[in-house]
Amino acid sequence: MTTLTKIFNPTVGRKALMAMTGLFLCMFLIEHLYGNLMMLYNDGGEAFNKYTEDMTHNLLIRIVEYALFGGIIIHAVDGLFLTLANRKARPIGYAVNKGNENSTWFSRNMGLTGSVILFFLIIHLRTFFFAHRFLDAPESMYQSVVIAFKDWWYSAFYILSVLFLGMHLNHGAQSAFKSLGISNKQYAPIFKACGTGFALIMTIGFGMFPILFFFEILK
Amino acid sequence: MTDTLNLTLKIWRQSNPTSQGKFESYKLDGVSTHMSFLEMMDVLNEKLIKENKEPIAFDHDCREGICGMCSMYINGRAHGPLAGTTTCQLHMRHFKDGETITIEPWRAKGFPVVKDLVVDRTAFDKIMQAGGFVSVNTGSPAEANSILIPKPVADEAMDGAACIGCGACVAACKNASAMLFVSAKVSQLALLPQGQVERTERVLKMVQTMDDAGFGNCSNTGACEAECPKEISVAHIARLNREYLVASLKGE
Amino acid sequence: MITLDSKIPPGPLAEKWTKYRSTVKLVNPANKRHLEVIVVGSGLAGASAAASLAELGYKVKVFCFQDSPRRAHSIAAQGGINAAKNYQNDGDSTYRLFYDTIKGGDFRSREANVYRLAEVSASIIDQCVAQGVPFAREYGGTLDNRSFGGVQVSRTFYARGQTGQQLLLGAYSALSRQIGKKQVQMYNRHEMLEVVMIDGKARGIIARDLVTGKLERHFGHAVVLATGGYGNVFFLSTNAMGCNVTANWKAYKKGAAFGNPCFTQIHPTCIPVSGDYQSKLTLMSESLRNDGRIWVPMKEKDTRKPIDIPENERDYYLERRYPAFGNLVPRDVASRAAKQACDEGKGVGPSGLAVYLDFRDAIARLGQPVIAARYGNLFEMYEKITGEDPYKTPMRIYPAVHYTMGGLWVDYNLMTTVKGLYATGECNFSDHGANRLGASALMQGLADGYYVIPYTIGDYLSGEIMTKAIPTDHPAFAEAENNVKERIDKLLSIKGNQTVDDFHKKLGKVMWDYCGMARNEEGLMKAKVMVQQIREEFWKDVKIPGTAFEFNTELEKAARVADFLELGELMIDDALNRKESCGGHFREESATDKGEAKRDDNNFAYVAAWEFQGDNQPAKLHKEPLKFEEIHLAERNYE
Repeated sequence: MTTLTKIFNPTVGRKALMAMTGLFLCMFLIEHLYGNLMMLYNDGGEAFNKYTEDMTHNLLIRIVEYALFGGIIIHAVDGLFLTLANRKARPIGYAVNKGNENSTWFSRNMGLTGSVILFFLIIHLRTFFFAHRFLDAPESMYQSVVIAFKDWWYSAFYILSVLFLGMHLNHGAQSAFKSLGISNKQYAPIFKACGTGFALIMTIGFGMFPILFFFEILK
Repeated sequence: MTDTLNLTLKIWRQSNPTSQGKFESYKLDGVSTHMSFLEMMDVLNEKLIKENKEPIAFDHDCREGICGMCSMYINGRAHGPLAGTTTCQLHMRHFKDGETITIEPWRAKGFPVVKDLVVDRTAFDKIMQAGGFVSVNTGSPAEANSILIPKPVADEAMDGAACIGCGACVAACKNASAMLFVSAKVSQLALLPQGQVERTERVLKMVQTMDDAGFGNCSNTGACEAECPKEISVAHIARLNREYLVASLKGE
Repeated sequence: MITLDSKIPPGPLAEKWTKYRSTVKLVNPANKRHLEVIVVGSGLAGASAAASLAELGYKVKVFCFQDSPRRAHSIAAQGGINAAKNYQNDGDSTYRLFYDTIKGGDFRSREANVYRLAEVSASIIDQCVAQGVPFAREYGGTLDNRSFGGVQVSRTFYARGQTGQQLLLGAYSALSRQIGKKQVQMYNRHEMLEVVMIDGKARGIIARDLVTGKLERHFGHAVVLATGGYGNVFFLSTNAMGCNVTANWKAYKKGAAFGNPCFTQIHPTCIPVSGDYQSKLTLMSESLRNDGRIWVPMKEKDTRKPIDIPENERDYYLERRYPAFGNLVPRDVASRAAKQACDEGKGVGPSGLAVYLDFRDAIARLGQPVIAARYGNLFEMYEKITGEDPYKTPMRIYPAVHYTMGGLWVDYNLMTTVKGLYATGECNFSDHGANRLGASALMQGLADGYYVIPYTIGDYLSGEIMTKAIPTDHPAFAEAENNVKERIDKLLSIKGNQTVDDFHKKLGKVMWDYCGMARNEEGLMKAKVMVQQIREEFWKDVKIPGTAFEFNTELEKAARVADFLELGELMIDDALNRKESCGGHFREESATDKGEAKRDDNNFAYVAAWEFQGDNQPAKLHKEPLKFEEIHLAERNYE
């Protein structure tokens, strides 16, 4: 067994890969939220547009962008394979299974919440990232945001997806530390609290914009 | 509270590993609330034999919660609804009169059904054979007190060592993962000074054998800890991950 | 015709074992590779023996009826393991452990064997620690000890309330290592049903694969039985459901003498019977007696709640009768005292067959957290089973069958009267006399397996190095297999009306009523006839569903109960023969004025070894006189 196959073995190693990519994506979320917060200046998007403009021209950010897409793909593909492996581990299921009595719904449904997030991500990227990077959208990024959130179904879908993201993060963030072996009895409750806190901040942070724009508190 | 219960039991029947199983329902009246769950099964079996029906095969032995032989997925929970309890120590006072109780075998690729509620757990033995030991021959080992072990370390090792190998962790896990079982042993021996020499090799081999047996991976849902009759902490799984990752980077 | 030769080495007691080990015949490593040993049973004695023999280089096959060797009933031992380490500086020594064990056994065990046991006890702890057994420790990192009944030193090592489990898992890990190395071949879910004899020597076994029902033949140059005790003859006991006498009984029928079959230990602290559906009794560790006080109400048939009974109306009968040892008197004494209290009508609980074990004073003295740390898991277990909280109300306890000191007669080498057939651990009779001290069963099982049999088996196998493995198509194997098959077919063909459990319960009740905590001639005579009748009825009316070639738990049970039905009569015969009281064997005819057991050393200072004479024939009694050279025979006084 070579070191590479050992470290990416199906149970421990590949879960560590999930954890690492997951945590990496969490860092991106922080950065993304920071950018979004520029919109709170309510200055017609001046600060926000400048920020996105700067990001586009920063070489380092362009490199990280590729890492980011790589991270998303690895996280999703690895997750898919692990899910399939897990299905195989129990060929016949239970007739009665009360998982809710021993674990939380979101901890058991990371695949589902993850899939929703992935679907959202594709649409989200299409609306904002691709539109500006590759299709030379005529309006500014800020205007794109305003337009998108005027649409009630887009806003609703956005909020719903952010809620799923919150659930995904609530379990995923603290779980990642366990998968990487960083957690122990003393730290586990701290990681758990931090994970939940992080999930809450992200949910509120991202989730407030559609509301603010839809009700035209931000213009 | 009434002293007796009338129950409907929906039980998985399967005559051998390759046959198609199905659920059968049985009525059982006048079950004393002081009975243990397995005593209730005894009463049902005695009744079935007298009615010229085949009794239900289920694993059991010590009936005091330590041998780990009893299994049974009762009403959607490994070892039934009570935390920290094996099926043999579950008593009928925790059920309601008129209740329908569904009883299934452990379900996992690593635990094929032998008959009815009996499953084959030799995969666990194989994992232990791969490295769940300290390689010390019988002979003249060092004086027991020559290596001092801090009480908290000994206690934590004992927390892991308390595992009874019943397989409830696998049964309850949505991924049929055996990580809690494996981590309990890896953790015990990784903590103790006696386990240091083989620390790297042990974790690699045990995890490899676990993977080969077809158990799933760990999603950290914590269901195993919640259903473990000995309430073994998932913190051991984190330690196993750490041990494994370090070991695989270090190489043998 | 057998002869009893205990083969005790000459020389002073303290030097016998050392000298024996230094002079015993050895088998060289090259020859060990060709010698095969069968070990039946995977508990402390079996697993430790199998692992140690495999380490030496023998080819070993291990059989257990459970689904994994880790589940043998040694796992259920709670309290601890004795060893003469003298870590507590309280005056312990090999000699004192030896003396306590002999005295605890009421002077009915062999000095040389017991001394050896005490001698190797310290090494067992070293060995287990080296294996990674997480014994309880002091804050300074050293091993912790507690004290147990019948002794005045603290020499018991423990791992929470799960010492048996931890020691067994240690032995199991050593065994697993050898299985992984292919030095041991493991047969789970296999039950031994016959010993194969060739030219007067044990040469193998017939085992039934419990999953497929297939009968298998296995050869071994020697066969080691480590099959535990036969307490389940009483139906209700603290033994696991599967514990049985079958392997021992087959050995007995092939010429292995059965030693002291009537010596049964009744454990004083078990949870009382709650109904006739009861399948087994649960033991509460003897360690509870360190802090719990045992009492009954002074008034007969007192139905008040225990907390409503004032101090001056409570009879702490053990403290009253045995002030020196108080609640820590040996098991047989404590059990009998509880029975006497209940016989006087002072028993408590719905059945009147229980006494209180009260922690009120200990909780007041030490605080609930300390008690919880010491006994938390036991308290939880009690609450799970009874639905009562022992922190608030005293536990109700009653004696229950727990251990059998009797077993296959063995010599100093642990060989039975059949050549090449060994018995280790609880299934032999050797070390505990008429009563076993707490925390000594684990010690004996591991002593036999780790430190005795690896040496003594060499004495026999050194003479077998020229014996080639005998092919299992040998007529003796065929005949043995056929006998097993016939017996199974016979059981299945009866198709009667009563279940195996019906018979087992009947047998158990007779044994408990007449051959239990107190025995007398009249009752025993009556019981003998009753057991014969039950046996006869069994072979006419037992109902076993299913076939021989499938996973058939009723068939397994039936075959075991059939043997218990024969063993029961032998126990009664032995109890009838031994007209004295000693240890766990209390003959009402032989008591002091105070009602204490009265030994008769002039007439009964011997091991009763019974030889099988044929089905339905009375067994033949052989006597091995017990010579006490080191110890002065004394009345066992715990007052």
